[in-house]
Amino acid sequence: MLAPQNAQPRQHRVDHLLIAEMVAPGSRVIDVGCGDGALLQLLADTKNVDGRGIEVSRERVNACVARGLSVIQGDADRDLADYPDDAFDYAILSLTIQATRQPKPVLENLLRIGRRAIVSFPNFGHWKVRGSLLFTGRMPVTENLPEAWYVSPNAHLCTIKDFADLCKVVSARVERAVAFNTWGQQLGTWMPLTVHNLMGEKAVFMLTRKWER
Amino acid sequence: MNTANPREFQPHSDARVLEATKPSSDYIDIPESEPLHLDCRQLLAPFRIAYKTYGTLNAAKSNAILVCHALTGDQYVASEHPVTRKPGWWETMVGPGKPIDTDRFFVICPNILGGCMGSTGPASPNPKTGKPWGLDFPVITIGDMVDAQVRLIDHLGIDQLFCVTGGSMGGMQVLQWASRYPERVFSAVPVATAAWHSSQNIAFHEVGRQAVMADPDWCEGRYHELGKTPRNGLAVARMAAHITYLSEEALHRKFGRSLQDLAAKSFSFNADFQVESYLRHQGSTFVDRFDANSYLYITRAMDYFDLAAEHGDVLANAFRGTRTRFCVVSFTSDWLYPTRESREIVHALNAVAANVSFVEIESDKGHDAFLLDEPELFATIRGFLNAAAERRGLKPAQDGR
Repeated sequence: MLAPQNAQPRQHRVDHLLIAEMVAPGSRVIDVGCGDGALLQLLADTKNVDGRGIEVSRERVNACVARGLSVIQGDADRDLADYPDDAFDYAILSLTIQATRQPKPVLENLLRIGRRAIVSFPNFGHWKVRGSLLFTGRMPVTENLPEAWYVSPNAHLCTIKDFADLCKVVSARVERAVAFNTWGQQLGTWMPLTVHNLMGEKAVFMLTRKWER
Repeated sequence: MNTANPREFQPHSDARVLEATKPSSDYIDIPESEPLHLDCRQLLAPFRIAYKTYGTLNAAKSNAILVCHALTGDQYVASEHPVTRKPGWWETMVGPGKPIDTDRFFVICPNILGGCMGSTGPASPNPKTGKPWGLDFPVITIGDMVDAQVRLIDHLGIDQLFCVTGGSMGGMQVLQWASRYPERVFSAVPVATAAWHSSQNIAFHEVGRQAVMADPDWCEGRYHELGKTPRNGLAVARMAAHITYLSEEALHRKFGRSLQDLAAKSFSFNADFQVESYLRHQGSTFVDRFDANSYLYITRAMDYFDLAAEHGDVLANAFRGTRTRFCVVSFTSDWLYPTRESREIVHALNAVAANVSFVEIESDKGHDAFLLDEPELFATIRGFLNAAAERRGLKPAQDGR
């Protein structure tokens, strides 16, 4: 039942709250790399979406389904190709793109199966990451990137500038881009990209495809 | 074989023959005027479907769950078997407060067409001759079983089933239901199953059928009339099949190389090993409750099952436009219906953007895991049904389960 879960206020991630703000009520949504289903649950509770999830961890999938969410065990690299064009209003990739084997085809598939793609990722250009590498001479370990390099699932870390470049490569139009600082505050959109890239710990992009079918 | 002499009196077999002709469960008789159009292009009428129900159908008739049984199952999903006196075959799953909660849902479990627990099958009397059908019974398919179930659901006045579920061959029926009657299936839970029978599975079934047919007491399928039973053949078929329901790990854990009531090897062909004794027991108890010809017909129906072939070899076409909510479940150690085959179903459902959940459950118990105490399976089905019930507008369980 959803009701008892609503009754307990839960701490939502700032990027989840922003994504929930971006998504139109009653829309069809797929959350790729949905984890414990927190975003899907938030979208179901606040936007009454028809939500689906894909998650690589079997335990998390089973926990999601036991909560009543529609989630399949799978991964972004392999399973997005199955879905038809425009299957969803929003295809969401939340803090997952850095863990995919091939981010470019994943992003292309995301833009193909969703009318809009929403991508959030940890910004490897953040000052803490830069400082950590500069001063320790070792791969950064921060709150956002907690694992040592040899256990981290993150194979393709990127900066906000890198991601903006990829958007150009795959002909995606950036409808909205938001960066959050360490304290979960949104950085002003008036700030230049270089400042976002330095001060933003996480970023959320909403994209549409430029190409016609 | 240490099974008894086939001509000796068998305490259960009379009860078994009686159940095939006069079931102790509920049943409906479909008259000659409403024949079933079988996939083999023959008509079947009259025919009977025996079934059990549990729980109460609500006024809107929106809380019905159809449970489809597997190859050797029957309608006694959550109540004592009238022949073996054993508890229902899925009592861990179905009952008051269980994941398929009979306090909340109306559960219908029919014996399949071709079965031997009261629904029309090769052991039933052929209306034209008065003798058991035997091999004159038409070869049936999973689709025919489902079409026969539709008559029962019509009879009960139910337009749309809240859920259709089942494991193994029961899962095949679930997929066939969802494909052939999408508007009548609100949600579907196929467990440990596949959209087509693999070559390996057909091969195992053929071994079983040949074992039955090689038994001289099979008498070309006319054993009923001649007062015989192909006990040895059917027992061997069951023994071979039973191995496929387990896993190497489960067999090893249960039996290892332990000897049965022996200090040392007997240097004979007696059942020295516990695993041999176990299999012989499985074989002989199976014969007490199951009809050999039914076994031939049902295994054939499974072999013929290929949902993709019915839809231009594209499985996704079987589900195009579906609004049914699916929950596909597989088990890690199931080598009879491996996860790979469940994933094919999921891929096909994704290709039509269907609402699907897919859970692979870690278990070392092989294919049989779906019938056993698997808490993750229960949590999955309970959670899925709760969410589906909410979508369907059914009242929550009393205690918020």
